[in-house]
Amino acid sequence: MAPALCAICKTGRALIKRPKNHTKLCKSCFINIFEDEVHHTITSSQLFYPGEKVAIGASGGKDSTVLASVLKTLNERHGYGLELVLLSIDEGIKGYRDDSLETVKKNAVEYDMPLLVVGYDELYGWTMDQVVETIGKKGNCTYCGVFRRQALDRGAKMLGIRHVVTGHNADDVAETVLMNLLRGDLSRLSRSTSIVTGDNKSEVKRSKPLKYSYEKEIVLYAHHKKLEYFSTECIYSPEAFRGSARTLIKQLERVRPSAILDIVRSGEDMARLVPGESASSCGGCKSKTETPVAAPEDDAGGCGSSNGRNPGGEMAAMDKQLRENEEAEGLEVDITKLVLESKNRQKEKQRDSATKNGGGNPKPTTRQVLGKCQRCGYMSSQDTCQACTLLEGLNKNRPQIQI
Amino acid sequence: MADSTEVPIRESETPTISITVDFYGGLDTLFGKGQHKLAIPAADKSGSPSTIGFLVTHLCETKMNDPRTDLFVLDGHIRPGILVLINEADWELEGEEAYEIQSGDNVVFVSTLHGG
Repeated sequence: MAPALCAICKTGRALIKRPKNHTKLCKSCFINIFEDEVHHTITSSQLFYPGEKVAIGASGGKDSTVLASVLKTLNERHGYGLELVLLSIDEGIKGYRDDSLETVKKNAVEYDMPLLVVGYDELYGWTMDQVVETIGKKGNCTYCGVFRRQALDRGAKMLGIRHVVTGHNADDVAETVLMNLLRGDLSRLSRSTSIVTGDNKSEVKRSKPLKYSYEKEIVLYAHHKKLEYFSTECIYSPEAFRGSARTLIKQLERVRPSAILDIVRSGEDMARLVPGESASSCGGCKSKTETPVAAPEDDAGGCGSSNGRNPGGEMAAMDKQLRENEEAEGLEVDITKLVLESKNRQKEKQRDSATKNGGGNPKPTTRQVLGKCQRCGYMSSQDTCQACTLLEGLNKNRPQIQI
Repeated sequence: MADSTEVPIRESETPTISITVDFYGGLDTLFGKGQHKLAIPAADKSGSPSTIGFLVTHLCETKMNDPRTDLFVLDGHIRPGILVLINEADWELEGEEAYEIQSGDNVVFVSTLHGG
């Protein structure tokens, strides 16, 4: 079969078929569009300010390696003026993390970025190997996850940095949306879809510049740019629930590649319906509505859902086409659609007025209030943070185990 | 082609084609090493030219030295989340499992399933 040509340059041999819209691209056009779309996400969400110090949460895996590479490229190409630092967490898992940290060290040299490694042992007095020795493999991911989140914050504080970027990709977000949906946890769903968590008031904010990047494209980007990354599954058993969500997402992608970004967008749309969450960075932005954007938080550039369809206008074009297809269908559909549309318009009005009232929202119950842990002093929504609670249990068990 | 199934092909007479197969993203551990230079049968048991589908089964039968075959194959097909590149091109552009392997081809399997 004759090789397909690139849809953009019309000369190069197409090597990539984009999952989100089936466009066939050559290697260099793919690398360009991948970088352009991340740049678009960054600028339209106003993720950074000039001169900002940003820590890249680096594991040595594909996502954080690609994130570091792309941020370095974009920082130089578009003059973001960012000071980029690699921040790695050493969970203390022999044969897993110690190997991947070697990759991070190589990245630090190659990308000419300073590197800070903070270990669970120095922060908590426990390595994950010791935790698993004490509690067994079951549930160890909970400990690791809670510890890692706080360790990133603490590492950033050591560096005097208030912004940590992580390599979470569209597949990760879709996976989390599904998991929270299946758990019935709408408030967490809302937070997990935000491109930024925490704001200027919190000590350290987090953002996910690769939120709209397909895992497939991240891996292809790394492959075609010959980036060196480390890939070994953690030696301790992964969460079964997340694993199932992951398998499901990958199977859906095989049948309908756009499903992943569609789930992300559905997550964002559902997040807007969660009371009290409208103040989050993603909360008020309009993704599907055609009304002019006027919500106050849009001066933050709007968030993701609009980004998701803006690059190259492809997603917008597809939306339009889908709408036209719908309109071309029979009258029966039109009638139900009209009813639906008027309902939607009402909802839209309610939502708008709720957004305008801002703080006057009478249902703040699901919104977490950020305070400080009374024990360790780090950010927490409870009196005692999750890390301290888990540590208390561990420390109680230690003497028994040792005797 | 289908009626030729009854005709047994003797191993020694089976022509082979030389290819290279690369495993990345953690799959290398399932197959012992990253790169394999292979001479695979030019045709499958029914006499049809060897395809990627045939190669996948062939790799599982001859090169996999790990009991966790489900990390590579699910229900007889490449596990969703594993990318396949044929001479650097996404296999979706080349006909996926039906692609007929040519001498000198490079087939790359990259898992996207491993975390960081």
